[in-house]
This record gives sequence, C-alpha cells and structure tokens, in this order.
Amino acid sequence: MDFGLDKKSNSLKTFNTIFIVIWLLLACFPFIWTFWGSFKVRADFFSRADWWYAITAFNTLIETGARFTKEAYSGAWFEGEFWKASRNTVIVTISVVSISLFLGTLGAYALSRSTKNYAFWILIIALIFRAMPHITLVSGYLFPFFQLQIWGILPTTIVVLVAINQPFTLWLLYSFFKTVPKELDESALIDGCSYFQAFRHIIMPVMWPGVITAGLFSLMLAYNDFTVTALLLNQENHTMVPKIQSYLGTNQHEGNLMWAVSAVVSATAPLFLLVMFFQRQVISGLTAGAIKG
Amino acid sequence: MPNRSFFWFFFPAGLAMILFIGLPIISTGIQSFYAQHDQILIEVKKCDPFGCKTSVVVDQEATSKIKEEKPLGKFNGFGTYIDRNHLASDQVSEFWNESKSVGEFIGKVGNLPFYKALVFTLTYCVIVTPCVLLLGFIIALSLNAISRKIRGPLIFGTILPMIVTPLVGSLVLFWMIDAEGIIGANLQILMDDPYLSVKSSKALTWITIIIYGVWHHSPFAFVVFYAALQTVPQEPLEASIIDGASRFQRVKHIVLPHIYPVVTFVALISLMDNFRVFEPIIGFSAEGSAQSLSWLIYDNLVNEEVILFGSAAATSIMTIVGISIILTPVLLRTWKEFRTNR
Repeated sequence: MDFGLDKKSNSLKTFNTIFIVIWLLLACFPFIWTFWGSFKVRADFFSRADWWYAITAFNTLIETGARFTKEAYSGAWFEGEFWKASRNTVIVTISVVSISLFLGTLGAYALSRSTKNYAFWILIIALIFRAMPHITLVSGYLFPFFQLQIWGILPTTIVVLVAINQPFTLWLLYSFFKTVPKELDESALIDGCSYFQAFRHIIMPVMWPGVITAGLFSLMLAYNDFTVTALLLNQENHTMVPKIQSYLGTNQHEGNLMWAVSAVVSATAPLFLLVMFFQRQVISGLTAGAIKG
Repeated sequence: MPNRSFFWFFFPAGLAMILFIGLPIISTGIQSFYAQHDQILIEVKKCDPFGCKTSVVVDQEATSKIKEEKPLGKFNGFGTYIDRNHLASDQVSEFWNESKSVGEFIGKVGNLPFYKALVFTLTYCVIVTPCVLLLGFIIALSLNAISRKIRGPLIFGTILPMIVTPLVGSLVLFWMIDAEGIIGANLQILMDDPYLSVKSSKALTWITIIIYGVWHHSPFAFVVFYAALQTVPQEPLEASIIDGASRFQRVKHIVLPHIYPVVTFVALISLMDNFRVFEPIIGFSAEGSAQSLSWLIYDNLVNEEVILFGSAAATSIMTIVGISIILTPVLLRTWKEFRTNR
C-alpha cells in the first residue's frame, strides 16, 4: 500500500524485496531448470556422480560432442509419437473451448436474466457439480461407455470435458453478464426483438471480454486434464499429459525419462506463452464473483 | 425472462450437465452395489504317467458367459462398502476388542487402505489450505507494495506454478528433489548422508507432497487476494495512519475485515481442490507411502486384471459424501443470503 502519507522504512522495503525475490525463485526456478536440463543427456540431468554435470554438460559433451543436444526432443516427438499426442491435444482443446463457450454463453445469459427461483437452484447445483472430484465422475462413465462401445475415442472425451467444464463456465459468464446492464437488452425487447434476436444483436457485440476469459479457462482445463484423458482414451488417442505419464512408466529404458522431460517442456511452453499474452484476462477470471463476495 | 425462452437458452448446457455429471453420479451409486463376478471354478482330473491328480481351474466359458449376461456384476448390497478395502467394519470392531489402548486401536485402523487414504487426504487438506491462504496473502501484500511499473512480469512469474497441470508441476519438482537431481544431491551433501532419499521415507514423502500443494495452490490465493487488495478503500487507511496505527494494526483491523468474504471463497475453493489430490501422488511416484481417496479410485480403475467398478464406485460415493460435508456450511450460508435478499 503506497500512500503519500505513508513513509516506508528502508529495512521493511529491503525485507519485502528479498521476500519477493525468494518467492519468484521458488516459483520459476523449477521450470527454468527443467528447460535447461531438457537439452542435456540423461547422465547429466539425472547425474549419479555430481549434480554440477547438469550445468557443465560433462556427459553431453562426451556423448554428442556439443553442450546442448536436441536428442530428447527428437526422441519424444518422433520415436515417442509425441506429435500425435499434441495433435490430439489440439483437436480436444479447440473443440472443448468452442463447444463449451457456445453452450455456456447461452446458458449463463439465461441465468443472468431470469428472476425465478429455479435459476438460483441451478447455480447452486452447478456449484455442487464443480466440487465433484473428476475421478468420481470417471468411475461413473467407464462402465456405461464400455457397454455403449464409445470408450477410447476423442469425441466422447470432448463431450465429457465440455460437461465437466460447464459449471465453472456458467458461473464465470453469469457474473460477467450480471455486469452488462439489463436496460440494454430490455430496450431491444420493447422494440419488438425476440430474446434470441436481443442476444444476437445486442449482447454478442459486448460479451467478448467475458468470453475470452471463460475461453482461457476452458482451454486450460482441456489442455491440462489428466484424469479424464488418461482413463477415457485408448493408447492411440492419448493427449499430451497422459502421454507424458506413459513415458514415465517404462523407466528402465535409458532414453525415456529424458523424453518425459522434453515432453513436459514442449507441453508447458505454449501454455506459458498464452498466459503471458492474456495475463490480465486470467486474473480477472479468477477474481470474478469472488470480489463481490 | 419467460420460462419458455429460459428453457431453450439453458437446454444445451443443462443437458450436457445432466448427461455427463448428474447421470454418472447415479451410475456410480448403482455400480457401488454390485461386485465383479467370482470366477467359476471346476475340478479337472488330469492323468499323466505318474498318476492322476484333480486340480481346480477356472471355467473360462462359464465365467465369460455369466459376465455377458450380467455385465454389471453380482448384486452385493452394502457388501462393498463394509469390506476390508473400504469401511472394514469387521476389522474395525475386531481391532476395538483386541486393542488395549486407544492409540493402538487408531494405529491398527490407520493401516487399513481406506482409512490410510482418508488420513492422508485430510492431513493434506488441513495443512495445505491454511498455508495457501497465509502465503498467498503475504505475497499479495508484498507485491502490492512494489512499484507498479515492474508488477506485470512479477505477477506472471508468481502464477506460473498454478497454470501448469498438477502432474507436470509435481514431475518438475520431483526431478529436482530426486536423489540424482539438483536439490536431492545437495541435500545429501548438506545432511552428510549419501543414502538420503525423499522417496524412501514416509514422512519425507508426505512433507514433499504438502510443500508441492502449497507451491501449486498459493498463486491462486495470491491472485484473488491481490485483486481484493485493490478495492480496499483509502480513507480509513489514511485516517488510521494519522492516528498512528502500525502497519500490522492496519492490516489486521482494516484490510483483513474488508477482504474477509474473499478469504472464505478462497478457503472453500482450495479445500475442494485439495480434497481431490491425486496427480501429485503419481508425479512423485509416492504410491507406496501416500495414498489419497482419489488415488484409490484411480488405482481400482486402472487395475490390470479386471477393473474393479464396484470398489471404485463405493470409494467414489464416500468421497462425494465427504465433499458434501465440506460444502454444507457454505450452501447453508448462500441459502440464508438468498432468503434475506428476496
């Protein structure tokens, strides 16, 4: 809190700066370290002899002749078929985001404009659904999906992720639509528009800030999901996160652990770039609804 | 909005939620009353030059036939709930009679799979949630005191642990604390113990997972608190400075009461998220010494021989009951607010 009246003591300022620096180190260093290590060979990044090898690249120099190697990446992306997993992730993410935004905006708009009791109850039920651990839902899906023979394919997973995502999207967009003045669409209704026309011509042009935030969160959920994708997709259709886990399973194989390291970096980098670009929307999304308490 | 329009607007989202959240919960409930079929055994007489032996083998044909007829398994009632892998009522009462002291009883019960997982899940929730609130609040306070020009990149750095998926986050930490990683190796040097390994000790594994939990969830608390701090009114703060209130007093009497509703919101969300902890257990390969309720379900569902639908469903239902107990106070409060607002 920086006020004109408030003269801060120097010692407090120093302490504050040190604290922030330490926290940032804790928060960022693991990612920087993993990024650095992904260009080394296993004997360096997981060194039995001396952890300093990871920096001097002792074994990497011996094995490949250079300080940095792209071996782990080429191994994971081609031999380990990570390209397939990332293609699947792209398909799943794009479908989940577009479908859940389509359903979510319509539903949340209706909720925000309804004064009935049931709208309140629907929001409460959505909150309860939001609290359900995903794995308990998955244990409900598996058996019926096996019976219907729709297990293992991408469309099933996409629909499931859309549904799991709905409660949060509804709440986020509901609190966003609440901030859009009612008079805007009411005047359109008086002029003889139907609700759909009012939504199409009055609300849609002004809803994009909220939709972008909701879209980012759907994207993070679909992109990051492990529980649903690991259990509902077969090997062939695995997305990135379960794929990373499958590299861990065969630990004995020399190259595979480094595949996992490079896969982790490959999967994380796009997400970081995206959040760097849309930081403000992410933060406004996390605080939506919370501030009003 | 009239009911008709509301229905058509809400129908697609509602249908998705009913089909893929509502029905699965019911389906889980039904599955929890069934158990997988026993294998049908037959006696086979085998004769070889050294004599005849009767041995018991699985009648594959009959087993698969009964599986086809009743894919859900055999009806088991509450049998799965009270078996050894869940509430273990028989074992618990047996331990109660055998044990000489309460401590011994608790120790024995804590070794049963379900209670073991319950104890870990609750410990994790109870320790991680307050730590997350506290750390998030402190980070928000101190970032708020830093010049506005450089805050953007600092906030980006702060929220990194939150935006990666828990599996990736825990793997990244695990590779560092591994005996062959940077922190693990340095710990060995520091403690002068070349065999020190986080994996081998139960207590160390728990501490690692808890530290991971705080690391992963604090940014969320930070973001919400930071935004709330921007809305704290300036006048009372300035007045208190004139009255000579110390920094700590100002935070305690003006800032905290103002952001109190947000604190309960963050506490609730972190509690819900912490209760479902399970990816870090896989990331840290800690199955040996730390198991959570969600991990038990996962383990049943990836079982190699036959998927234990009934067992997973029973654990799921009990997890849902646990979540409802956590949620009840919040729901009651919301309901009261709704009544008074009307």
